[in-house]
Amino acid sequence: MFEFCADPDILPTGQWFACYLTNGSHMAFYASFGTVLLLLAITAPAALLFGFGGAVASRSSILPLRWLGKIYTSMVRGIPDIAFFLFFVIALDQGLEWMNHQIQCPDWTEPIRQGSEFRVCPEAKLPLTSAPQAVHEAYNFGIAVFTFALVFGAFAANVLFGAMRAVPRPQLETAAAYGMTSRQTFWRILVPQMWIYALPGLSNLWMILIKATPLLFLLGVEDIVFWARSLGGAKTSAFDYPHPDWRLWYFLGLLVFYLLMTKGSEVLLTRLTRRLSHGQATMAGEDMRKAAA
Amino acid sequence: MNKLILTTAVLAITATGALAQDVVRMGTEGAYPPYNFINDDGEVDGFERELGDILCERANLTCEWVTNDWDSIIPNLVSGNYDTIMAGMSITGERDEVIDFTQNYIPPAASAYAAMSEDVDLEGGIIAAQVNTIQSGYVAESGATLVEFASPDETIAAVRNGEADAVFADKDFLVPIVDEDADMMFVGADVALGGGVGMGVRESDTELKATFDAIIGEMKASGELNEMITRWFGEEAMTY
Repeated sequence: MFEFCADPDILPTGQWFACYLTNGSHMAFYASFGTVLLLLAITAPAALLFGFGGAVASRSSILPLRWLGKIYTSMVRGIPDIAFFLFFVIALDQGLEWMNHQIQCPDWTEPIRQGSEFRVCPEAKLPLTSAPQAVHEAYNFGIAVFTFALVFGAFAANVLFGAMRAVPRPQLETAAAYGMTSRQTFWRILVPQMWIYALPGLSNLWMILIKATPLLFLLGVEDIVFWARSLGGAKTSAFDYPHPDWRLWYFLGLLVFYLLMTKGSEVLLTRLTRRLSHGQATMAGEDMRKAAA
Repeated sequence: MNKLILTTAVLAITATGALAQDVVRMGTEGAYPPYNFINDDGEVDGFERELGDILCERANLTCEWVTNDWDSIIPNLVSGNYDTIMAGMSITGERDEVIDFTQNYIPPAASAYAAMSEDVDLEGGIIAAQVNTIQSGYVAESGATLVEFASPDETIAAVRNGEADAVFADKDFLVPIVDEDADMMFVGADVALGGGVGMGVRESDTELKATFDAIIGEMKASGELNEMITRWFGEEAMTY
């Protein structure tokens, strides 16, 4: 990065660190913070969407749909995260490749399963073997987002399901008395009011999601914890910047990052709670009404 | 008849065309210097990177390096996420049942114990080794208490912070670490384990295996491989 970095062995400490902290692997480390933030930014709304779908399905009046919602929430919530991330991702990847294989190579005669091997025709590989590494990484990232959204969506579904039932019944009865259809009641009365009941549960999920991102490495995405471990480990003189075991410092850095994320989230969530409490038949809403009056 | 010849010719052309730009994805761990590691530029580097690039060049293949956790390195090869493993992996009967190996490109080299003091008990003490390695299997049978770690670096850290009495690993991996740390030393005798380090490929990829096998054979015969081993692992490393 800097011109004086050509020979790190003779540098004074300050410059050595300037070079060390800006070398290629550190740049990849810094970029991985972006990966994690991007994952959170995409997964959170996606999980909320899955959750909303699951909750609506669970309280549907159509029996098969209700079953589907119930099965989704109880099954995903019941499976340990690690097992889910190991098994489901491989199954999803192979499932997609199998389907692609049926479309691309209908004439393929060899068996797809050969002992422990999974072999689809080369044209059906996802992504193609010849695709650049960036495409492979984007594919892995996409699978990771989908899996995270599916898992956290199941938890969110249960939270939203509870929140929908917590909305005071007279609110819905009043809506019916005004002549609203059940669809109108749902979108105009139930949904706007349920968020305040869902928020504590959803904020828990958000906090857990922030901390769950190291699972990314199980999915082949190089995240901040992977880089902290790899950069912090003791380095011999095979490297340009040899150093002893510095993992403690790297993990302290991650600690600060996670604490900042938590603090920021808390500030935002407190504001959101205030906003959503406004005019609600809850204690917080009642207090706000009295304070204003 | 003409048509047949034409089709054959077209097939031949497309076949060679495909071969020329065939991409082989090379899986490695990236945490086992000097075999393979992530260098300061964030790229895969090491003896295996250099050797792998030479093999690909001679086989007229384009190679793409991918890093993967050691623990799931074989399952991911088998399910097709990459096509080869070059990760300092010793050829053992157990692994050979699941995947195939080319002939070894590093001769069966010694494994050794490294510790912080001379008088550690290698038969009854606590020995650190990386999970799913021939060394961890050996320690488990030696009567010592085995503590396993996911990465090679953690096994060394465990000895330095006193969690384990000694670490048992490939000697080639330990030599630079012991050389550069005044508190660390080799203890006990070296142990010869495994059938050398080879490149792992899927059992069904016989063609790929034969291609690399042949080139490794040529490099052994020409002495090129010996020169590389000496350059990366030092004068004392075992050669062919």
